[in-house]
Amino acid sequence: MVPLQWYIWLSVALFTTGVFGFLTRRSIIMMFLSIEVMLNAVNLSLVSFAHFLNGLRGQVLALFVIAVAASEAAIGLAILIALFRNRATAQIEEVTEMKG
Amino acid sequence: MNPYLFGYLGAAILLLSGLSLTRKNPVHAVLYMIVMFFHLAVLYLGLGAEFLAAVQIIVYAGAILVLFLFVIMVLNIKEEMEGERFSVGWPFGISIAAGLFLLVVLITGNIVPGRQGAYTPGVIAAQTNTKLVGTLLYTQYILPFEIASLILLVAVVGAIVLAKKKLR
Repeated sequence: MVPLQWYIWLSVALFTTGVFGFLTRRSIIMMFLSIEVMLNAVNLSLVSFAHFLNGLRGQVLALFVIAVAASEAAIGLAILIALFRNRATAQIEEVTEMKG
Repeated sequence: MNPYLFGYLGAAILLLSGLSLTRKNPVHAVLYMIVMFFHLAVLYLGLGAEFLAAVQIIVYAGAILVLFLFVIMVLNIKEEMEGERFSVGWPFGISIAAGLFLLVVLITGNIVPGRQGAYTPGVIAAQTNTKLVGTLLYTQYILPFEIASLILLVAVVGAIVLAKKKLR
């Protein structure tokens, strides 16, 4: 029997992989992929908590997370297409008008 | 779940996501990510979330990542693959990620599970997971469900408006 901690640690490791990718990659597509990895890590922790607490709330919440991830991907990629049309680049460091 | 199976799945998930996020070619990254999502779906099956495992494969691997592939096809991938993969601040990023990992692992080391719910494996086996999740979605969580549908509608309209060439 695998304890709850293992699932949580796997989820944390997956989340930090996503954080690493988001902070270090230059390409906007890869940053979006990192966000998907982070959302999946959160889903994994929600489902494992639901299993170990004998509940279903975690699974319902994970479904909502998937819905939000789908809309986030659609909007983000549409923004990426608009950006690419105007700038012909998908590198984050060449889009620095806001000086953020 | 069998600890060996968990070990394989966990190692494969971490390895595949690490491989995916360090590839130069975005198409390879997306393909690694699809394999990673299948492993995650098996992990969900082991946690008794059959419906979520199916949704994971259908929506994530089937829809979202195919959307990624479409956009990569629209963009100019040759230009994308030139130049540096990582930004100059990558040691900073790796230290933030490692610090976050250590912090959360230290916090969750002695976690105590809270109050047990009513959905024991016996109850779920009698009624099936999909039926119970559906019942919860359409009774207790009907308002969040409607809001989620509204969010998806806004996303559809927004994506069309953003990606359209010229609005009349």
